[in-house]
Amino acid sequence: MTETAIHFFPKEPLIALVGNPNSGKTSLFNLLTGGKQKVANYAGVTVERKEGKLVFGDKVLRILDLPGVYSLYPRSLDEQITCNVLLGRASGEKRPDLVLCVLDATNLRRNLRLVLAVKRMGIPCIVVINMMDIALKRGIHIDLKALETELKLPIVESVGIKTDGDFSVREKLKEIDFSKNSLAQLIPENEKVDSYTVEDDSKVVNGILQRMGLDSVIPDPLSDKMDRVLLHPMFGPLILLVLLFFIFQAVFTWAELPKELIEQSTDWLGQIVADVLPNNWIKSLVINGIIAGLGGVLVFLPQILILFFFILILEESGYLPRAAYILDRIMGFVGLSGRSFIPLLSSFACAIPGIMATRTISNVRDRLVTILIAPLMTCSARLPVYALLIGAFIPSRQFKFGIELQGLVLFILYLMGILGAMIVAWVLKKLTNKKESFHPLMMELPNYHLPSIKNIAIGLWQRTVIFLKRVGGMIMFLTIALWFLASYPNPPIGSTGPAIEYSFAGMLGKLLAVVFAPIGFNWEISIALVPGLAAREVVVSSLATVYSLAGQATNTEEALVPLIQQGWTLATALSLLAWFVFAPQCLSTIAVVKRETGGYKIPLIMLTYLFTLAYLASFITYRAAIFFGLN
Amino acid sequence: MRLDQLSNNLTKKVKKVNAFESMPEISYQLADIGFIPGEQVTVLRRNLFGGDPIMVRIGLSTFALRKQEAELIEVEDLVNHD
Repeated sequence: MTETAIHFFPKEPLIALVGNPNSGKTSLFNLLTGGKQKVANYAGVTVERKEGKLVFGDKVLRILDLPGVYSLYPRSLDEQITCNVLLGRASGEKRPDLVLCVLDATNLRRNLRLVLAVKRMGIPCIVVINMMDIALKRGIHIDLKALETELKLPIVESVGIKTDGDFSVREKLKEIDFSKNSLAQLIPENEKVDSYTVEDDSKVVNGILQRMGLDSVIPDPLSDKMDRVLLHPMFGPLILLVLLFFIFQAVFTWAELPKELIEQSTDWLGQIVADVLPNNWIKSLVINGIIAGLGGVLVFLPQILILFFFILILEESGYLPRAAYILDRIMGFVGLSGRSFIPLLSSFACAIPGIMATRTISNVRDRLVTILIAPLMTCSARLPVYALLIGAFIPSRQFKFGIELQGLVLFILYLMGILGAMIVAWVLKKLTNKKESFHPLMMELPNYHLPSIKNIAIGLWQRTVIFLKRVGGMIMFLTIALWFLASYPNPPIGSTGPAIEYSFAGMLGKLLAVVFAPIGFNWEISIALVPGLAAREVVVSSLATVYSLAGQATNTEEALVPLIQQGWTLATALSLLAWFVFAPQCLSTIAVVKRETGGYKIPLIMLTYLFTLAYLASFITYRAAIFFGLN
Repeated sequence: MRLDQLSNNLTKKVKKVNAFESMPEISYQLADIGFIPGEQVTVLRRNLFGGDPIMVRIGLSTFALRKQEAELIEVEDLVNHD
């Protein structure tokens, strides 16, 4: 049976932004829409869809940021989406009323070809020349009037990184009344040509540039100078290593103060609730379940934000693809290309955006391998667990050069994940056939830009919202579910041990503890690992709930530290750390992998190999630790 | 001459982009990013290990290409009009 979906679209005019990657399209989008953005996916695919609103008095415009493309020939998934939206064929998507074609003023040569392709779509179009300030500084003077005549399209200019850099665009959009007639005037006229090639378009563009006196090639001298240092064959890799090390140190040291503030607030809230509520099961649920659980996870928001802050800066400045260029050889050694670097780096924040970012890898095998190893990159959800264990078991000690022992251990854990990933990729390289041996890199190294504070702030805000939604949704649900399992059934009358031992969770934990005993996990850890399968960071809140219900009065993560310090050996703690480097403790990742690869095969392979690796690593760590007397 | 054989900092122009047999879309992708006959092309630098990948200026854009990709691109002298 087939159904025809009928969609009801909001009546506000829809304006789509189209442009080359690195044309500053997203900066312009941020300027136009401010913080009022909705981030979701296109129907059926995992291409990120960003929509925002632009309001003039009673006029509301919906602005859509389409994926950046080099051409409108639908080769990659991104290009397919952009094409389908422009043609009005994308499912669940209205055909835009107007297209803003965003061009990088410093690279009209390549960007203008896209305008020609958009014109052929026969959709109302306005051209926005972005980065006008940089072009002027570099001595590129663009006669907008002349270009308007050449393209037969209205043109406005913008500066994507300045606060009111979108002034002309706003003025232009204010002018348009979005009635059928006035929009029809913006539909470009085309000479009817049956087929066209990139070469034909290139000739047209070169003609335009020649007539406008813009056909000389002026590269960005500053970027070239910076590359001489940052991409120096010797210093380049060294700078990258120092940079990454600095970031991981900062994640721990900078987060101290905000972390303490959150801890104190949670304590204070717990106190108030304890005083107000009567002594019954609701009090237990609120204090032991909700406050202990959520507080323990919220504490790690600062660290996650600091990591994202650095990733966003590296991305905005243009350094990230250069890091991929530097690392391409190493990736090639294990059968991948530098293209896999950006998805893998994103996976340090969260494997889900990382796995989605693998869409830019055109080699199917490379893409699957990248997806398979993405969960081995230490995601921010692991930070709460690492932070708890490192804080409790590794002493804080200062070494030379500002190196600190806790930060060093964290760095080693990250390295273990990377090393594991490389070994897995290398094994897969040996296992898969060599027929399809082309591993494209073809990656643009854009000019360096000063990162815009606004773009970073919006990026961080979106991360915060996503994290808080997780805390409020999935994590809240699991915490309450665990509290229930850990509280019921009540212990039999006359029992001596802590109540939790008689509960469902206690029974399950004792069962699992048999499996986990060889790697040093006690039954409390075994229980906490179960809800932790859904989301890693839940393990911390679960431990807090388990211990809090096990009798010891604790309601925050802070109080958990002395308890596990007494209850666990160092060997157990190290073993648990090793477990978290490899274990697939995240349902949403598995779900995304299934959606991205279109079947159960890859997710099943992933689950199997990750659990095996985790068990092995923990076993070796635990046994080695005991051997060296760390028990 | 092929792009991967070109010395650093010498500017030539693109003559032709050859197809890679098992993955013909590669040559179209190269065209999309600017490797079109007549465009100016320079190898800016090569990576430390084995000179792969290379950093290439094509027109005004800068791309990192692997040797394998550069091998598909034929270059010729700037003055050579045919």
